[in-house]
Amino acid sequence: MPIEVRIPTILRTYTGGEKAVAGEGGTLADVLVDLDGRHPGLRERIVDEKGLRRFVNVYVNDEDVRFMGGLATVLKDGDTVTVLPAVAGG
Amino acid sequence: MLVIATATVDEIVAHARRDHPDEACGVVAGPAGSDRPERFVPMVNSARSPTFYEFDSLDLLKLYREMDERDEEPVVVYHSHTATQAYPSRTDIAYASEPGAHYVLVSTREPDTVEFRSYRIVDGIVTEEDVRVVPALEPV
Repeated sequence: MPIEVRIPTILRTYTGGEKAVAGEGGTLADVLVDLDGRHPGLRERIVDEKGLRRFVNVYVNDEDVRFMGGLATVLKDGDTVTVLPAVAGG
Repeated sequence: MLVIATATVDEIVAHARRDHPDEACGVVAGPAGSDRPERFVPMVNSARSPTFYEFDSLDLLKLYREMDERDEEPVVVYHSHTATQAYPSRTDIAYASEPGAHYVLVSTREPDTVEFRSYRIVDGIVTEEDVRVVPALEPV
């Protein structure tokens, strides 16, 4: 069973308008690389050279991956990854 | 143009006053595609700062799931400036990630008056828009 990855409005340009796509991988890092193959440019909006982008939130099921293993978070079949840009400003 | 009910404007302004001098933030949700700001949802500013705001990440997840279940979207995303004008800052522009939303800015820098302005922020471009305050939104 693949991992479902829920995509926020602003990133749906990379997924042909789809609000959820399927990915495969044992960790969050793997799934993002997998997705980038079919949706080029998507990964770079979530990850930069330092790791997960500061103002993009990524969750596995109900938890923020920052409090789990970050990009190394282990995923299992049936998990849902949700991406939500931070709502922030100054 | 943003069309918004007086009661909702009052709720946003009251929230901004309550949290002053920290920035206040929240959304007004409405049915997807309707452009109707119906449901006021004040959020906690997890930065608790007079110059920065951020929705707590788990509150954000809960909010978006709730809107999804209700087939809603964030029609208005609001926050306050507590010492500067009600105009989007560079940070506001950089982090605006809801291209369909009306970005409402309230300034609480003056104790006796409030500034309430609305903008579209798309691809880094800010466009101010008129705000039409009505007694109530037209019935659907």
